[in-house]
Amino acid sequence: MGRFEYAPAPESRAIVDIKSSYGLFINGAFTEATDGKPFKTVSPASEEVLAEVSEAGPADVDRAVKAARKAYEKVWGPMAGRDRAKYLYRIARLIQERSRELAVLESLDNGKPIRESRDVDLPLVAAHFFYYAGWADKLEYAGAGVDPKPLGVAAQVIPWNFPLMMLAWKIAPALAAGNTVVLKPAETTPLTALAFAEICQQADLPPGVVNIITGAGRTGQALVEHEGVDKVAFTGSTAVGRAIAKSIAGTDKKVTLELGGKAANIVFEDAPIDQTIEGIVNGIFFNQGHVCCAGSRLLVQESVYDEVLARLKRRMGSLRVGDPLDKNTDIGAINSAEQLARIRELSQVGEDEGSERWSPECELPTQGYWFPPTVFTGVSQAHRIAREEIFGPVLSVLTFRTPAEAVEKANNTPFGLSAGVWTEKGSRILWMASQLRAGVVWANTFNRFDPTSPFGGYKESGYGREGGRHGLEAYLAH
Amino acid sequence: MVWRPTLPTDSTRLDVRKTYKLYIGGAFPRSESGRSYVVSNAKGKFLANASQASRKDARDAVVAARKAFGGWSGRTAYNRGQVLYRIAEVMEGRHEQFSSEVAASEGLSISKARAVVDASIDRWVWYAGWADKLAQVVGSSNPVAGPYFDFSLPEATGVVAVLAPQDSSLLGLTSVIAPAIVSGNTVVAVTSFERPLPAVTLGEVMATSDVPGGVVNILTGSASEIGPWLASHLDVNAIDLAGILDPEEATALEVASADNLKRVRRPAQEDWTEHPGLSRLTQYLELKTVWHPIGL
Repeated sequence: MGRFEYAPAPESRAIVDIKSSYGLFINGAFTEATDGKPFKTVSPASEEVLAEVSEAGPADVDRAVKAARKAYEKVWGPMAGRDRAKYLYRIARLIQERSRELAVLESLDNGKPIRESRDVDLPLVAAHFFYYAGWADKLEYAGAGVDPKPLGVAAQVIPWNFPLMMLAWKIAPALAAGNTVVLKPAETTPLTALAFAEICQQADLPPGVVNIITGAGRTGQALVEHEGVDKVAFTGSTAVGRAIAKSIAGTDKKVTLELGGKAANIVFEDAPIDQTIEGIVNGIFFNQGHVCCAGSRLLVQESVYDEVLARLKRRMGSLRVGDPLDKNTDIGAINSAEQLARIRELSQVGEDEGSERWSPECELPTQGYWFPPTVFTGVSQAHRIAREEIFGPVLSVLTFRTPAEAVEKANNTPFGLSAGVWTEKGSRILWMASQLRAGVVWANTFNRFDPTSPFGGYKESGYGREGGRHGLEAYLAH
Repeated sequence: MVWRPTLPTDSTRLDVRKTYKLYIGGAFPRSESGRSYVVSNAKGKFLANASQASRKDARDAVVAARKAFGGWSGRTAYNRGQVLYRIAEVMEGRHEQFSSEVAASEGLSISKARAVVDASIDRWVWYAGWADKLAQVVGSSNPVAGPYFDFSLPEATGVVAVLAPQDSSLLGLTSVIAPAIVSGNTVVAVTSFERPLPAVTLGEVMATSDVPGGVVNILTGSASEIGPWLASHLDVNAIDLAGILDPEEATALEVASADNLKRVRRPAQEDWTEHPGLSRLTQYLELKTVWHPIGL
């Protein structure tokens, strides 16, 4: 089955208005950085420069934290929960109103297909604000004691894979609980966070409640280590998470860390085959595999290995790689040159260690950062591509014979973020779910998210939960 | 008339003293290092030579705790609750022994020591009841916006290293072990250095209360010496720093714990007689969310 030939169907860029340069959003206004250098953010699909963004230095971080502190003490902390709720509802509505614009902007800056930014990211962003808005005046029912209190100023550092969605996961529960926020988006994807700053202005959110500062790792480090911060929330790599855990040791700062993963996606011989193939594809190729909970280790029961692999390869042959703004695109651009280099390096290691590499024939654009959907077979548990997070559209396939062996192999990793199970047998699903050491188990589905559903890892995938009542607790003193 | 040997009367009988040893994997070894140290009462009078646990003992204890984890966390919550309640029952039978050890260790009057033992036993009973209620109180069913059944359940995090309070030799110890094991974690506990004797007796209670070997491992000795090896141990999932009094030492242990992202309970001013609440219990829980489609 080859690909159907489609005419290009690009979503219009006219809906977004990108400024040539952006300052830092501190205390309700965009301000010039005082001690950092500007840097450029590019479209990974074309390497076109989209805008120039300010790097926040230590003095800027200090200004932002102080603005957040003042807003916490004078305005947001004392405000009635009912009113905080209304601000959050306003924000949710503004996001819905500007949803298409934000989706296009996200796809431009991040490289993800418009089909995903439009149908997955943006609806979840709005839903997250709606969900937590309703908590703001019901905190005493959240299970964090009868008189729960906010923590104060939250320092939030988010990754580039779901820029606006990660912002929503961080900001919505923090504000609902009565905290104020200084958030740093990733250096390669700052634009939707800056658009969100405008939304805060449109909502008349009091100055200082949300502060958005841009920059790279140094800015994030200065923010996390600032002594005026009460809470640190980080989503990103395990290496950086570890460094953050060390840097806040001995302080009173509370922390939640949502880190890397190497999820097993386990296929039993009785699995519904068509759904399973779609689930495998969604598990590893959704968002170019730039997903911490991606199903990057496929464990297939030996008896159905040949059939699963043949069907998977046939399905991979119909994936469309290319322009993120084209509505028919399945796989967009790799987010950065740096990430592309890492995917290439680990894929080369996979070949060097003896695994067999396969990709469908697909023409990649000449400009921008691209990597074809790739599957490795003959992978052993010791191979680096079975152990390390590749964070790209690269699937490693292993096999098993018994459920116990599947569990053993699935849990044989320092990570524990997510797992998938495919089988028609209900009792086996529940047994597998109980045995897998992972914070999210998707049975006969994969990569589903919802604001009511707690998300987060076991072991070195971090600690704390985001989403649901539990995500709120992470921002309350109890 | 049956002949009987003449037994000495109470006033003349020489008592049989106990050897205070470690408790690892359900057995009572001496420290592999061969070390012991003098334990005195609050007035400085000799009480016993306690085993002084070493790095190797700590590692053996982690191995035992890991081995016990699957079985213990896999038991039904009802069963774990019964086992914890059994601990309280067996402690009650040893009330006098605990009271005299607490009195000697902490320099309390016997009546105050009895009150401490009462509170410790009651704390086991309180935690025992949590075993089969936790999932209902801290778990959730999640109304996602789609055709999926989605629920979240708490699970034990794994092996918990506990550096027990230095002051409160039994109530404090109980208050840091019980919240970890009730949910299915297994524990390696380093006791109060100067007041280890009630902890050794608690180990003997564990051994006779249907607590599987390895679920609770008790090391007498120095938390400052053993703590760093537990904090940096990659097969330990969480650590309670309650017994570390020096802030710099606590910070160093927290830094070491970050290597495998252990869940860290920082030391704090704690009154062990106060109602414990749920914060320690929930600190050693992971939340697992399971999704499944709903359809015909």
